[in-house]
Amino acid sequence: MAKRWLNRHALRGLVSIVAFVVLWELVVVLKLPYLKFLPLPGQVAASLGQSIASSAYWQDWELSLGRILVGFLAAQALGITLGLAMGISRTARRFVFPIFEVLRPIPPIAWIPLAIIFWPTTSLTIYFLVFTGSFFIVALNVLDGVKSVDQSLVRAAYSLGAKPRDVFWRIMLPATLPYVLTGATVGMGVTWNVLIAAEMVTSAGQSGLGGMTWAAYTNGVLPVIVVGMLSIGVAGYLSSALIRFLGERFMPWRRRI
Amino acid sequence: MGLHMKRWTVNPETWGAVVSILGFVLLWYILTAVLKLPRFDKLPNPVAVFSAWLSPHPQFGLSIFTRGYYLDILYSVGRVLAAFVLATVLGVGLGLLMGWSRVFFDYSFPLVETLRPIPPIAWIPLAVLVLPTAELGVIFITFIAAFFATVLNTLLGVRSIDEVYFRAASCLGSRPRDVFWNVVVPGALPAIFTGLQVAMGIAWISLVAGEMIAGQRGLGYLIYEDYSNLQFVNIVIGMATLGLLGYGSSALVRMLGRRLMAWEGRRRGGAMA
Amino acid sequence: MSAGGALSIRQVTKVYDPEGVHVVAVDNCSLEVASGEFLVVVGPSGCGKTTLLNVIAGFEELSEGEIRLDEGPLALPGKQVGPGAERIVVFQNGALFPWKTVLENIAYGPVVQRRMAKNEAQRSARELLRQVGLEGIEESYPAELSSGVQRRVEILRALINEPRVVLLDEPFRGLDAVAKSVMHQFLLDMFERTRCTMYFITHDLDEAIFLADRVVVMTTRPARVKLELSIDLPRPRDHRVLGTERFLKLKQAALEAVHEEALKAFQAGERELA
Repeated sequence: MAKRWLNRHALRGLVSIVAFVVLWELVVVLKLPYLKFLPLPGQVAASLGQSIASSAYWQDWELSLGRILVGFLAAQALGITLGLAMGISRTARRFVFPIFEVLRPIPPIAWIPLAIIFWPTTSLTIYFLVFTGSFFIVALNVLDGVKSVDQSLVRAAYSLGAKPRDVFWRIMLPATLPYVLTGATVGMGVTWNVLIAAEMVTSAGQSGLGGMTWAAYTNGVLPVIVVGMLSIGVAGYLSSALIRFLGERFMPWRRRI
Repeated sequence: MGLHMKRWTVNPETWGAVVSILGFVLLWYILTAVLKLPRFDKLPNPVAVFSAWLSPHPQFGLSIFTRGYYLDILYSVGRVLAAFVLATVLGVGLGLLMGWSRVFFDYSFPLVETLRPIPPIAWIPLAVLVLPTAELGVIFITFIAAFFATVLNTLLGVRSIDEVYFRAASCLGSRPRDVFWNVVVPGALPAIFTGLQVAMGIAWISLVAGEMIAGQRGLGYLIYEDYSNLQFVNIVIGMATLGLLGYGSSALVRMLGRRLMAWEGRRRGGAMA
Repeated sequence: MSAGGALSIRQVTKVYDPEGVHVVAVDNCSLEVASGEFLVVVGPSGCGKTTLLNVIAGFEELSEGEIRLDEGPLALPGKQVGPGAERIVVFQNGALFPWKTVLENIAYGPVVQRRMAKNEAQRSARELLRQVGLEGIEESYPAELSSGVQRRVEILRALINEPRVVLLDEPFRGLDAVAKSVMHQFLLDMFERTRCTMYFITHDLDEAIFLADRVVVMTTRPARVKLELSIDLPRPRDHRVLGTERFLKLKQAALEAVHEEALKAFQAGERELA
């Protein structure tokens, strides 16, 4: 398979992407209603070139990635801890889970106004929103993971003389890891949505990839809007790919399936 | 099981739930209204929220007795419904075709995978500028959000169908069309409904963002407007309403799924033997 | 009920060649199955007997040789008649559609072949269930039934189409001894009633001899015919036949051949591991 990467299937994919770009060009050139307002692919490419050459563009990247990193890691740390606690302790589950069920259905983006009111700085506001975007998903996935642990494994470990601590580190944790990965994957998708919305709403001038796209919108510079979208797409894709990579690295037993 | 159901009032789970939710509200009250800790004193307290929500003459003009409240709900629900139905029809259709035909998959999948990583919310500026009305822009981004989740799960659903059902169908004399309707569609249905659940969640997220940024009316618009007008109590009412609607719509999708997949619920249990 | 069903397998070879790994699953195998015969194929696991069945069914192509059904060609190299309702497969782990009721499952074939209207097909499915004493489960989903009942329903789903050959791929694997003996009686009843050709794969020798007109023992991979054993036990048969001297004698003969092949397969496995 590896010997011909440009096989029939890949070729078809290439054809469809090229066709998409050509179609895009055509709807603008032919001045189809509404779609004629789209920027031309060439304009977007030129604008992308300018962005890459400017340092402001890379500062936006840095700002957005930093926010994702802080908020997302906080959500992982707290979500995994709480998920494990709920999974292991019945009391914890009884008292924490109902609150989860009440808060979880509120779309994370609906927290934006309250977060702005509560947190003293824009950075803290955005960290909190990014955190909210994935916290519940992570915790609930971990809880599912602990529940799914095969009880015969636990019994086998105890009958071999394991202590509760060993059972936790050697069985619970590895068995939960795939669920942590699922939670992280899904959570990352929502997180980028929340970040972009937060950056758009709170943007005061220079403020991450979402803020950059928003500034282009208020100034009516369409090619830059598309550059912003593409950049956000690439950033989201890279973060998902990173999670996938880490998952394979830490769960070698899942790689060959 | 019957025993537990009869004693549900003293069920420790129910008891724990009541205690924990009351505890949460109490904590919220103490932090915001009694101790008035810095920053917390800016947040509305639960008593103010609930009394406004249930008041016939609310101070900030929003309660279950005001017409505007229901109008905002109606706008939001209408937008989600339109986007969700469109996403379901197109997403399930496309996903089934992608799983069904290798050629169609080859042409469409790379395009889907190129566009999918762009968060729906990043589409807002473009959608608002290009589409004729902001209304369409909001529905469009809600649609985009639900669409990709539906396509992908449907595709995975078709891929997960055991080869043996295709073989059985073909040796019983099925034509491709019969296989599609009798194997591909029902076989993918469980995964399709998983996808629709996810899609419903993301649809509400995108809707709120869309309404906040570009909308006229709707609950997302409401909470952002009330933020600008410093009517913070209304923000919490709006959030709670969004939570209820989100929860209700997921439950509805789940119920519909159970209806359509009767075979999933009626597995042979030990009790039957 | 059914006419024809003579299966002719002539010098069939099946080679798998993924990524240049040359695996011969079936090697120059010839076998004649007469119309209305109950043939049982026995061989060690992974010997290629399922591959041969898949080629007959039309799921896979053969590499060399030919297969004919009542003199009509089914498979030649590069020319394969796809799966069809004249040779229906009963699968190893069961393949009733989980999303269809028992009635819908049985009526499926005649409806998609446009032989019957839906009503008519369901009526004859109901009748069929009644004849075999399985009424009352028409509206159940497969998951609600025991695996023994599931297998019987799957056999009925095949037979309602009046196939010329039924291809059974270890259909009773995993059933307990009691369920298995019920299934054997059921299958023999069905065979007496329809007289369509049965091509049955198993590695259970008791099962093979109890059911068959003829038992064929396959060699370990690549599959070839090692031994043909004509089973001259009188029909109709019931469980008492299992204790007869004739039965034991036939079993002894088959056992010799199977044991030899199993040993070979075991050693081959050891070599592959080493």
